[in-house]
Formats: sequence, structure tokens, C-alpha cells
Amino acid sequence: MRTSSTSSRLLAATALVAALGLTVTACGGGSDDNGGSSNNDPASLKGQTITYWASNQGTSLDNDKQVLTPELNKFTQATGIKVKLEVIGWADLLNRILAATTSGQGPDVLNIGNTWSASLQATGALMPWDSAAFTAIGGKDRFAPAAIAAAGAAGKDPAAVPLYSMAYGLYYNKKMFADAGLTPPKTWEELVTDGKKLTTGGHYGLAVEGSNGAENIHHAFVLAKQRGSDWFDSSGKATFTTPANVAAVKQYVDFIANDKIAAKGDAEYSQNQTITDFATGKAAMMMWQSAATSIKAHGMKPDEYGVVPVPTPTANATGDAAITSMVAGINMAVFQNTKHKAAAEAFVKFMTSTPEQKILNGTYGSLPPVKEAQSDAAFQTPDLKVLASVLSNSAAPLPQVPNESQFETLVGTAVKDLFADAAAGKPVTTDSVKAALTKAQQQMPAS
Amino acid sequence: MPRTLRTPAQPSPMAQPRSFVWTRRVVLTLLLLFVLTPVYVMLSSSLKNLQDVQGSFQWIPHGLTVRPYIDIWKTVPLAHYFLNSVIVSVSATAFSVIVAIFAAYGVSRYRFAGRKVFTVTVLSTQMFPGILFLLPLYLIFVNIGNSTGITLNGSRLGLIITYLTFSLPFSIWMLVGYFDSIPRDLDEAAKVDGCGPFGALFRVVVPAAIPGIVAVSVYAFMTAWGEVLFASVMTNSSTRTLAVGLREYATQNDVYWNQVMAASLVVSVPVVAGFLLLQRYLVAGLTAGAVK
Amino acid sequence: MTATAPPRRAPEAGPDSEKTAAGRRLRPRVAERLRQVGLPYLLLLPALLAELLIHIVPMVFGIVISFKNLTLFYIHHWNSAPWSGFDNYKAAIKIHQPIGQALLHSFWVTLAYTLLSVGLSWLLGTAAAILMQDTFRGRAVLRAIFLVPYALPAYAALITWTFMFQQDTGLVNHVLHDQLHVTSNKPFWLIGDNSFWAMVIVSVWKSWPFAFLALMAGLQNIPRELYEAAAMDGAGVWQQIRKITMPSLRPVNQVLVLVLFLWTFNDFNTPYVMFGQSAPHQADLISIHIYQSSFITWNFGSGSAMSVLLLLFLLLVTAVYLLVTGRKRGEADA
Repeated sequence: MRTSSTSSRLLAATALVAALGLTVTACGGGSDDNGGSSNNDPASLKGQTITYWASNQGTSLDNDKQVLTPELNKFTQATGIKVKLEVIGWADLLNRILAATTSGQGPDVLNIGNTWSASLQATGALMPWDSAAFTAIGGKDRFAPAAIAAAGAAGKDPAAVPLYSMAYGLYYNKKMFADAGLTPPKTWEELVTDGKKLTTGGHYGLAVEGSNGAENIHHAFVLAKQRGSDWFDSSGKATFTTPANVAAVKQYVDFIANDKIAAKGDAEYSQNQTITDFATGKAAMMMWQSAATSIKAHGMKPDEYGVVPVPTPTANATGDAAITSMVAGINMAVFQNTKHKAAAEAFVKFMTSTPEQKILNGTYGSLPPVKEAQSDAAFQTPDLKVLASVLSNSAAPLPQVPNESQFETLVGTAVKDLFADAAAGKPVTTDSVKAALTKAQQQMPAS
Repeated sequence: MPRTLRTPAQPSPMAQPRSFVWTRRVVLTLLLLFVLTPVYVMLSSSLKNLQDVQGSFQWIPHGLTVRPYIDIWKTVPLAHYFLNSVIVSVSATAFSVIVAIFAAYGVSRYRFAGRKVFTVTVLSTQMFPGILFLLPLYLIFVNIGNSTGITLNGSRLGLIITYLTFSLPFSIWMLVGYFDSIPRDLDEAAKVDGCGPFGALFRVVVPAAIPGIVAVSVYAFMTAWGEVLFASVMTNSSTRTLAVGLREYATQNDVYWNQVMAASLVVSVPVVAGFLLLQRYLVAGLTAGAVK
Repeated sequence: MTATAPPRRAPEAGPDSEKTAAGRRLRPRVAERLRQVGLPYLLLLPALLAELLIHIVPMVFGIVISFKNLTLFYIHHWNSAPWSGFDNYKAAIKIHQPIGQALLHSFWVTLAYTLLSVGLSWLLGTAAAILMQDTFRGRAVLRAIFLVPYALPAYAALITWTFMFQQDTGLVNHVLHDQLHVTSNKPFWLIGDNSFWAMVIVSVWKSWPFAFLALMAGLQNIPRELYEAAAMDGAGVWQQIRKITMPSLRPVNQVLVLVLFLWTFNDFNTPYVMFGQSAPHQADLISIHIYQSSFITWNFGSGSAMSVLLLLFLLLVTAVYLLVTGRKRGEADA
């Protein structure tokens, strides 16, 4: 006991100091508040620092950093504005935006999924892009109209500017189709027939991402649209249970349930296993958005697969029935609370400039929403040409309503549970689909 | 009589019947399998290339590669996140345990007005669903930052303070239990010898409660080490912790299963090693500790 | 029970001004008294401050929000969100309406999950702790291995289990179907009915080492002499466990079971990592359910109301639990 008494006392003293230290450091720290210069005078943009939250587009967050850093340096060199970059994974991005919105403390410029546009617009956290703001970055008509339509509710100033565009296409395995003597399907009927022929010996006609709510929504949206049906009426009220919507969901779930052209196991896919299955030849077809980079990462060469538009109910359909994709993509927004509005706008202008659009979209395998950039040779590969044509001719934006995220959660989960039923061998009928959608609709907030 | 509980040579007070020995063998073997199977899966998957990992499971992998162990550092700034986690977890643990020792000593050795209220209140914070106070806490941190200039939001300090309170209620409760089991005569004697209450606490009570304190420290450390929800909102790329950082192996394109597993193993090795060391300490603390 | 309890005295008994006024003879006694009374509060102060900042104040904040209509239209100016009275609560408890129905379903799922997980974790932890109380070869190694699930970062462990539960390529079905031929076809574990059981298994794997750790530490405090005395009286190992070990563990168990219950009930990581943001209907834990009702859809009023209801339930459970076990504990002490 005697020998340890000194050390005990020492321990006691240390502990006390440490306990006090908690408050001491708390009082001493953080003196680097430079008062937030709210200077919008263009002449003094030089030397300002803006924060940019980029979404994950590349093979990893670090890869994104490597892609973006040289471009940001160019911007700094040209304007003297420094950009503090943070790449945020999709798992965290919406929560971070939420926290920023609530507290008013956030980045100056940020990327958002374009399906969030209307929701975020409704919060008032994003700077509206009125005609003056658009003029500052070269005009609204530089952008593809479909991409602009997915940047906020109709009739309001867009909440963001399109940055990267993507579209759904039907990817098919050339060899498997040739071996079966098939050509890519144009109608759903053909897709199912072809799919059945291709479903043999452990191989499947189609792969679907059954447990991914967002994927489910995107397909349900297109399939409903082809029937002339929407998920919200013009006043923003949910219309999940229309016969056309029920039929659309049923058609999608039936790929596993009745047609059996997709593996039962697809019902639990939520981590892009669809691409793996396609690239490894387990599935002959998949409906995916701008998948070239991912397919390549899985070892499938570009000449081994082809891309055609997603099928339609009848060949050569017109109007709504011809819609084959949602307008997918990433938008760029300016945070309303920014103290560096002019610098932020200058940055958006830089990122949406034609040369940058070519570089960035070329690297990420997406399509430039800026029309001028799209004509570049880099985007004339067979698959991108198809997707570009889909985007400009047969793509429609997801409902741009504030409650889009509820729609995605509730209907996405409902479809997921229907897939689970199908995989477990339980019957999926019009009634069971309708019941699931009714439950989802009843949980929608009245608005 | 000194306590010699953990002396390895200590014979059992009574020969163990066969039923006991067999029960022990069977139960512990099953538990070992249960515990180790996922660890084996991690290890074997971390040595495969991505295509093999995504294919059907095989007990014995063919075509081993150490590539994932090289790639993990490039895909995600793992070393940086690891450092953040260590700083946050160790600080949170140290503060939490010290604060808990004081509080537990107060509750265990004194009867005062509000004692019951304090214990019940502290305990009840364990019931608060994290999602309920995440956003308010974030707002409070932002407001503290705006009014005092102390950056809590997005800083390690903010996380440390948050995590220290996460483990506090249970730590206090646990330690009150341990302190209660240490005879009061011991610290009374120390006080008679001229130690103040703090002297009694640190010379008598704390040494006698070492096993409990170690257990509580381990708990506090793990609470901070594995927390995902708060870290995902309250950190940025420079303060991100491992628990959140590991998720970045699942990217827009792909889930790098082999790298997730490799990274998990790499970051777990120091922690498991720490457990091993502490285990010895746990034994030592008892045999060399106070007299009962 | 305790001889050290100083007389109860309100802390305001001796403000500074009294010191000078009081007679010299009295001063040391007042100071002494003050120290006696103030000391416990001083000891608790750091803990109290931390809890106030991180838990209590945000919680009060959360309760206030539950009476507001704080949807995405207001979060940017959350001060201006309109009061909604008990509307959020009414929607949550109308069990015949879809929102209340879904919440109730989620509640039952969570309760079943918690009871199973805590029961099994406690059982495994107790068994292992008792079986490993005496030395045998390899005990130290085994003890370290048993703590591995606890030492792994939660995300790493969960993602590995998810990987193992994959229907087509996972280890679980490889063993059950391909090797042992227990099932005629490969069952699903991450969707449908089995998702609940998958979640329970993972939860037990993650939390039993904690029970083991706590009980192991608890066992150290049982004096050896008790066993020796019992052995001399002719009690066998099993009897010793029943008569000495289990009663001695009661204080540890009281805390352990309650805390495991509370943690498991509020468990967020497990379903979130295993199933993502939309858990299967059968595994729709209340934490994920509330997360969806607040974070995903940005309807914090409703989410907060549900959380408050959850909190009230847990308070009730805890109060009853403490009353029941406390009485038992008191009887045991007497």
C-alpha cells in the first residue's frame, strides 16, 4: 500500500486536472472565427474561400477527390477563389444537408440528387435560380430542358443547376443474345419472351435490384408513365392506387413472381449486385442508368454488351407511352445562407462551363446536361449515344413534389416487400399489390 | 487473508464432476464456433479478389491475394480515420471514466438530498432514442459555436463530449455497484489516517475497484469506437471516424467486400490486442489490489 | 445499512456571508458541515453538466418539437414551425389508422426482438462466465476470443453478417443447403419472414460478449472463501453455482439486463446496416421506423412524438423493473 500511495496521489491529481481540463480546453479553444466576411463585390472575390460538398460519382471518395482537385485548381487559378472540397458518400449526404438546412450552417455549394430537388426547394434552404442567376452562368437555354425540369417544382425558379445527367437503358449481353438467336427487345412482351428463352441453366434473362427502394421507384414511375399514369395529381396529392399504378408495380414484380425471368435471389439485391450479375453473365439483361464505368470495373468489356432504350408497351409508341426513363442525374445548388454568393455562382458557372462539362462527365461516364458539351466526341460511344437520345426524347422527371422522399420510402418499401413475397413463393396479385400501395398512400402526409 | 482469486495455480476447491467438464467443453466449443465463423469469413474474404468474393461462398478460398490489404489505404483514407477514432475514443473514455468515478463515489458513499433523483435521471438518459436528440443536439452545438466560437459541430471535441455522456450512465451504475461491494470500513480507515475523501477514493476505493473500472473503460471505449449515427452527421471529412469511414468502401459503383473485410480486420487488430493486454491488467489489479 | 450517511441538510445552509457573522468558535464546524453537504454534489457536478448538455436539454428540445408541425417546409426556420398541439401524438396512437397501425406493428416487432436478444445474450454470457470461472488450459485465449465480436467495429461485424446471410452466395445457406441439406431450397434471410431471425442472431452475436464481460467482472467480486466453505459443507459445483454464484451476481444482473434491454430496444445500427433505410416489414424495428418518419421524410414533429411515446414506455418498463428487482435485492440483503 505504501509504495503505491505516491502514484495514487498522482493519479488523483491527474484525474482532477483532466476533469477540469475538459472545461479549460472548452474555454480556450476555437478563436479562429474570422467574422464571416459577407462580401459579394465581384472585384474582391479574390481570396475568398468557398466550401463545396461533392457527391460520390467515382469509384471511391478518394477517386472523386483526385478527379475534382485539378479542376478546382484551375478555377482557383482563374478567379483567385479557393474551394474547400469535401466528398460525401450517399449514405450521409442527405443527413448532412438536413443538418445544414436546419442550422443554417452549411457549405456554399453542394451536389444533390436531382430527385431531391423539389423537397429541398420546399425547405427554402437553396438559392432559387431566377433568370438573373441563370444569366450569370450563361443562360438557362444552355441546358437540356429535361434536366432543367428535374431541378425543382414546375412553375418555380429551379433550386439547382444540372451538373451530370444520366438515363436508363436496357443493357444486354451480346453473346447471350446471339447464341439464342435474339435481337434486343423493343416491347415488354418481347422482353418477357426473350427473357424466358434466356433463362436456362443457372442463367437468367433479367436482373433487378429488388431491395433497393430508389430503383423500385424509378421503374415503377416509368411503367406507370407508359400507362399514362402519375403518382401525384396536379395538386401534389398522392395517387398511388390508380389501376395503372397498380398494374405498373405488378408488371415489375412479375419479372420474379410470374414471368420468372429474374432470379428469386434478386429480391434481396440492394448493393448493385445487379451489375455484378450482368457483368458476370449470370443475367442477360438489366435496366440501369449510365452503367458503363461499373460494368467495366467488373471486367466486362464495352464491346461485349449493347444498350437500347428500355422497352415500351407497343413498338413505336408515342406520347407518354414512349417514356423509357426517368431523368436521372446530379444537380448543383447554392446554399441560401452562403456568405459568398457571387463566388459560389462563379464556381457553378465554372463547373457548368462547356470544357469542364466535357472533362467531368467524360470521367464519370455520365452525360453533360449542357447541350454544347454533349456533341463532343467523347460522348459519341454507342451506349452514350443511345442514353443521350433517351434523355432528350423519352425521359421524364420524377414527380417534382415536396413529398417525393415519402413516396420513395413508402412505395419503395412496398415494392420491396412485394418482391420478398414473390421470392418466398407467395402469390402476387393485383389485389395484393393494391393493398400494399393503399397502405403506403394512407401513410402519406396530407398536403 | 489476501485475495488470490486469479492465481493460476489455485486448485479448484473441489474436483469438478465430469458433467461440469463436459458441459464446459460442449458449450464453449459451440460458442467459439459462433463467435469465430464471421471472423473467419472476414479473413478469407479479405484475401480474395472482388470477383471471387461476389461469387458463391467457399470455405477454402482458391487464388489468395493480399491486394485488398494494399488497396484499402487508397480507396478510403483509412489511417486518417483510424487516428480520428483513436483520439475520440480514448479521450471520451478517459473523461467518461473519471467523471463516472467521481459520481459513483458520491452516490455510493454519501446520502444526500437528490441522490435518488440523480440516479434515476442519469439512468433514464439511456432510454433516450438517439434519433430524437440528434438534431436538437446538432442545433445546440451550432448555437454554442456561433455564440462562443467553440467549434463543437464537426469537431473531435464535440464528438468526445457526446460520446462521454453515452457511456456515462451505465458506467456510473456499474461503478456504484462495485463501490458498494467494497467495505466502507476501508475508506473510513483511510480517512481516519488523514486522507481526505479524495485520498480515500483514489488510494482505497479505486484500486479495489480496478476490475470494474477496466470493464467500464472497455465499455466506454467500445461505445465511442462503434457509434455510427451521430458520427455520420457530426463529422466532416477531416474528423470522420472509422465507424462511419468503413461505409465508404460501399460506393456508388460497387461494394468492395474484400476491402471492407480487410480494413475491418486491420483496424480491429489493435483493439483486440488491447483487450488481451487489459485482460492481464484485470488479473493483476485483483491479485495486487486491496485487502478485503 | 450505512453508517457514513451525514445528516441530510440542504446545501443553502451556509452561504459565504455567514462565515464572518458566525462566531470564531463556530466557523470550523460550519465549514466542515458545508464540505460534508457540498461534497457529494461536487462529485456529481461533472456528470450532471455533461448529461444536461448532451441528453437533458436536447431531450426537452425534442419534446417541444413533438408538439410542433415541424416538416420540411419549416426546418430551415424551425422557430416558426406552427404548434400542432397533440396532433402528432393522435396520429401516432390511432392504432386503427395506417400510421398508428404501422407504429404498433413496429412496436411488437421491437419487443419480440428485444426479449429474444436480451434473453439469449444473457444466457450465453452467464454460461460462459460461470464455465470459465475456474482456470483451465487456454482460458485466457478463449476469453480474449469471446470478446472479439465486441471489439469489432459495429459496421464491420454487421456487414459481414449481411454478407453471410445472402441468399445465393452466403455462408449460411451454403452450410444449411449445400452441405447439411437441412433445407430443400435456399431460404432468404435478408427479406421476408426470416429477416427477423437473422436480425436476432446478429444482435445476440454482438451483445452477448458484453454480458460475458460484465458478469466475468462480477464473478471476481465473489469471495473465494464462500466457495470453500460451501465445498466443505459438501456442495457440488452445480449447487455452488445455484447457491452462491447466481445470488452473488444479482446486483450485476439487475443492471445488465436492464441496460441490455434499453440498448436493444433502441438499437439502430443492426437494422440500418443489414437492411438499409427500408427494413422489411417483419424486421421493422421502432428505431428505423422513427428514423424513416423523421430523417428520411423530414417530418420531425411526428418522429419526435413517436420517440416520446417510446421513451414513456421505456420509463414505465424501467420503473416497474426497478421496483420488482429492487425489492428482491432488498430481501436478499436483509
